[in-house]
Amino acid sequence: MISQVETLYLIASFLFILGLRGLTAAHTARRGLIFAELGMGFAIWGTLIHPDIMARFEIAGFFETYKWILLTFFIGSAIGIAISALIPMTRMPERIALSHAFGGLAAALVGVSEYYREQVVAGHMDHTTMGAIGFEVLFGGLTFTGSLMAFGKLSGLIPGRNITWPLQNQSNILMFGGTFVLLIAVTIDPSNQILFYAMAAMPLLLGILFVAPIGGADMPVVITLLNSYAGLAASATGFALDNNVLIIAGAIDGASGFILSVVMSKAMNRSFRNVLFGAFGKVDEEDAAMAASGGERVQEASVGDAAMLLSGAGSVIVCPGYGMAVAQAQHVVGELAEILEANGTQVRYAIHPVAGRMPGHMNVLLAEAKIPYTSLMELEEINEDFKNTDVALVVGANDVVNPAAKHNPASSIYGMPVLNADLARSCIVLKRSMRPGFAGIENELFFAPNTVLTFGDAKDTLEKVVEALR
Amino acid sequence: MLEIFLGLYIFMLAAFVGYGVIKGVPALLHTPLMAFTNAISGISLVGSLVAAGAHYNNVSTVLGAIAVLCATINVVGGFWITDRMLRMFKKQDPKADAAGDAAS
Repeated sequence: MISQVETLYLIASFLFILGLRGLTAAHTARRGLIFAELGMGFAIWGTLIHPDIMARFEIAGFFETYKWILLTFFIGSAIGIAISALIPMTRMPERIALSHAFGGLAAALVGVSEYYREQVVAGHMDHTTMGAIGFEVLFGGLTFTGSLMAFGKLSGLIPGRNITWPLQNQSNILMFGGTFVLLIAVTIDPSNQILFYAMAAMPLLLGILFVAPIGGADMPVVITLLNSYAGLAASATGFALDNNVLIIAGAIDGASGFILSVVMSKAMNRSFRNVLFGAFGKVDEEDAAMAASGGERVQEASVGDAAMLLSGAGSVIVCPGYGMAVAQAQHVVGELAEILEANGTQVRYAIHPVAGRMPGHMNVLLAEAKIPYTSLMELEEINEDFKNTDVALVVGANDVVNPAAKHNPASSIYGMPVLNADLARSCIVLKRSMRPGFAGIENELFFAPNTVLTFGDAKDTLEKVVEALR
Repeated sequence: MLEIFLGLYIFMLAAFVGYGVIKGVPALLHTPLMAFTNAISGISLVGSLVAAGAHYNNVSTVLGAIAVLCATINVVGGFWITDRMLRMFKKQDPKADAAGDAAS
């Protein structure tokens, strides 16, 4: 029996990696997904004939053995499908954060269940298994509450701004160290249940405290990091249960989250440490004050002016940002592009890696608006083309198009790669109000002589522009 | 003791393979990638299924069953939403191609 189980797990692991490979290109991605789904099917099949379950089956029969599995599996599937089928694409970051929470919770619960079985009931647990369970519960708990916090912030249930308190970093690090000490202690003495449950509870608190101080635009890094932790928790489960497919799938997930967080940090020109422990809020106030004293004037453009500029342009680059997601303006961006293209205008899209609240957020929204992915360009691909472009249309983006990042060492975003929207012959910025972006700093782009601003809800404004062009 | 080292070898190699493959995923597909790995990490379902089905004791069964619920939401929901996203990614649609040809 055990060799059958292992064979199925081996096939599953192979299919997971094959599936992941499919994701390296848009046209093979769906095939990759099918491989991974098959892999998951094999892994579940392998588990359902696990010797421990079969032993129960011999005694209790089919119904008694599988009743809880079947019940929870069907409820879980129904919830999973309902969430996934109904949630709007603009709310994808919340959806992802929530699912990390489920993943973390599942891993933590398996850990506690395993501890209860081997230590509390059977009275014996070896140190290596205990260590693995410790990591599992640690990462699982941290991911669970941390992701719930991220979910709360993204959905607006909790204030999205950074919540800070005195000696925040010091106390967080101290608590993290304390949890680690508990982990070591419980590994040395698995029989001490109080130590174990204290160690299991600490990460739940830590998850909340770690994410609380991290604000809106830093969310991409937090989400990707939690993605990585969810993977590590799954991997630790594999160590605790001697299950290789769990180790492999968890390691892949951990690597993916790690790569994405590095990409995100680089795109913001900030280190991990700075995102996690940096008090971004403090820098803001000085900068904002400095800029406010500048007192320059912006040029406002009416909808008609904007429409005129666009209709006369031979080439347009759209720079979308989180504001486009908030206003749900992606569909009307697509309509506008259709009209302009019918006019012979070349329309492309410049996607900054940290535009939005998670990696790839803008790509998904624009794809939803039926914009072909071949015109969605990455920063490096398109940044040289701005200077030969007639109009840069900034839809709800702010810090990612701020030229201060290129030449003003005093700016808190100095050094961050930005889209060269300022180099286009003219630039139209759609903006709700003159409120500064997340970084809290004024955007030089708005005051540039070739920039005009059209105030109002991005969706409303674009709808009016579309009407004017028709 | 040997098992833990075997596990560490597997972890290390899988992490490198994962790193190598995922490095090649374009930024275009980063959101689907997250949903995809999220579904894959639902593999902890495998651990929870045993806990829920083997009936070691009542506590393990209940914890296992809740874990099955959470992991299933991720597996089924994760694959579903990845597919929903990937279906939206289209190359140039034929209509626009035709218009482009006519213009040139």
